[in-house]
Amino acid sequence: MAGGAQGGAVSAPAAIQWRDRRRRLTNVVMLTLTGVAALLTVVPLVLILVHLFTAGLSSVNLDFFTRLPAPVGEPGGGMGNAILGTVFLVGLAGLLGLPVAIGAGLYLAESEGSRLANGIRFLTDVMNGIPSIVVGIFVWAWVVVSMGHFSAFAGGVALAIMLLPMVTRTTEEMVRLVPRELREGGLALGFTRWRTTLGIVLPAARSGILTGVLVSLARIAGETAPLLFTAFVNPYWGWSLDQPIAALPVQIFQYATSPFEEWHRLAWAASLVLIGLVLAVSLAARFLIRSPYKDR
Amino acid sequence: MQPIPEEAGVTAGPARSPVARLAPAFARGNLADRVYGLTLLAMGLTIPVLLAFLLFRVGVSALPALREFGWGFVTGTDWNPVESQFGALPFIFGTLASSLLAVVIAVPLAVGLAIFLTELAPRWLAAPIAFGTELLAAIPSVVYGLWGIFVMVPWLRRTIQEPLANTLGDTIPLFRGPAYGVSILAAGVILAIMIVPFISAVSREVLAAVPRVQREGALALGATRWEMTWQVVLPYATPGIIGAVILGLGRALGETMAVTMVIGNRPDITASLFAPGYTMASVLANEFAEASTDLYLAALMEIALILFGITIVVNTFARLMVWRVARRGGR
Repeated sequence: MAGGAQGGAVSAPAAIQWRDRRRRLTNVVMLTLTGVAALLTVVPLVLILVHLFTAGLSSVNLDFFTRLPAPVGEPGGGMGNAILGTVFLVGLAGLLGLPVAIGAGLYLAESEGSRLANGIRFLTDVMNGIPSIVVGIFVWAWVVVSMGHFSAFAGGVALAIMLLPMVTRTTEEMVRLVPRELREGGLALGFTRWRTTLGIVLPAARSGILTGVLVSLARIAGETAPLLFTAFVNPYWGWSLDQPIAALPVQIFQYATSPFEEWHRLAWAASLVLIGLVLAVSLAARFLIRSPYKDR
Repeated sequence: MQPIPEEAGVTAGPARSPVARLAPAFARGNLADRVYGLTLLAMGLTIPVLLAFLLFRVGVSALPALREFGWGFVTGTDWNPVESQFGALPFIFGTLASSLLAVVIAVPLAVGLAIFLTELAPRWLAAPIAFGTELLAAIPSVVYGLWGIFVMVPWLRRTIQEPLANTLGDTIPLFRGPAYGVSILAAGVILAIMIVPFISAVSREVLAAVPRVQREGALALGATRWEMTWQVVLPYATPGIIGAVILGLGRALGETMAVTMVIGNRPDITASLFAPGYTMASVLANEFAEASTDLYLAALMEIALILFGITIVVNTFARLMVWRVARRGGR
């Protein structure tokens, strides 16, 4: 590169000096660019949050949490049913998905080196990558078709399927972080395998697993696509597993794509509430629960 | 497949049973341990079973369309449910175009961010930025869509699409007007915003796995920080970063709500970034509830099957790339 200059009229030290200056300049320019990239990625976050507050905050009041949606053209109304519906669906998904997910995570953590476990681990990652809309359609073809109608139960199943691979993998990782000595200590004291795992290893990994669970629950709370053809929509309060049920993300989608100004306003308010819910849960998971082994 | 050799010393118990061969760790011990082991095994097996069932259920539902159209389904450009004409190419095109555009926009930003956070930024700066990108990853897709419709799309139309379409639109087909706002460009930009946190998070892990010695060696030889990053760290991490990018691509391909809300939902294939498009995920979200005939339903099911297939291939490939680096790396 700069070597060609050495044979010319310019003396060697000058050429080297020039080259060094160029290297330093490149260094500063490129490193600044990475900083600019970092800045650019944070800009949308700020824009989105600012807009959510300015457009949504004025509509978040007590009515918003306690009332049913008002019919088109009537002012006021709230999304109480959708907020409750989201909590209901996430709870149902947790009930259906968490025991299996934690069991599967334990299985993966406990069968080190097994080929079957490696295969299942890989498929868990594959399952994590399935588009959420495909999960929704699968559950439609499976649960909705056999029940004959949309239902909260189908929505819960769809969200549970989203939940399963996420929690399986975080559980596995958290159990693996528990020091070997703890497990060996239990076995050395004559505990059976299941008592060692359930009585010693699992409690030691509890905080980490709980963090993973909360973060995953927060994530599925914001899912829309799996619910479109399973839980469907419901303008009234839903209490039954057997009936369609409203959910915040679906309601936001419906309102945002409607032609009504009033509904757009409510969509912003609902987004603010949904984000508040999601962030509160994931932040709580992050800061309140500290795993003793996470930092190695 | 080769049989797994029995462990030395394990002679008692049903060593030859299928369970013992598949999950040797769980075939030992007393009855309670075996029940416990089998229970865990059963839970572990739900994942492959569910996946297989998904493939089967969606596949069976798609059969009528597979039989009716054969390969014509993926090459046909005419999507007309009223006349039972189903060609999925516009959706495949829309999915690929918007996702690739997103990757092109996201990669420099995400890799730059990852380098900035792992190699450069002091802790007091790195921590809040990393936290911010995690927040971005936690925002639900439908909220991105809402922001996209009402804030980003009008902004894109005013400041990017209209000026470009008016000046370069006649010479460069990519920028041909009219500028609707909702477009493949809008979908690409919103997808890019959504996958940057993801790509940079995986890239950071990969960069962190590059051994310290490599960095110290480069610096000791007199390299500048950038030379160290560009000539030593990045080449070492490249396969992993490619894996991260492909994982991001996988996300973008399957993303539904945000894209549906900003892409315009028109099944056209055009060269212009400013024209509306339609993706596989969007057509499922929009038309699935309206599928009035069996063939229409089967056609949508086949689209779901294709989307599923594409994401599986992409994700598998990406995982293999990431694993290769992660296995090699150390601190």
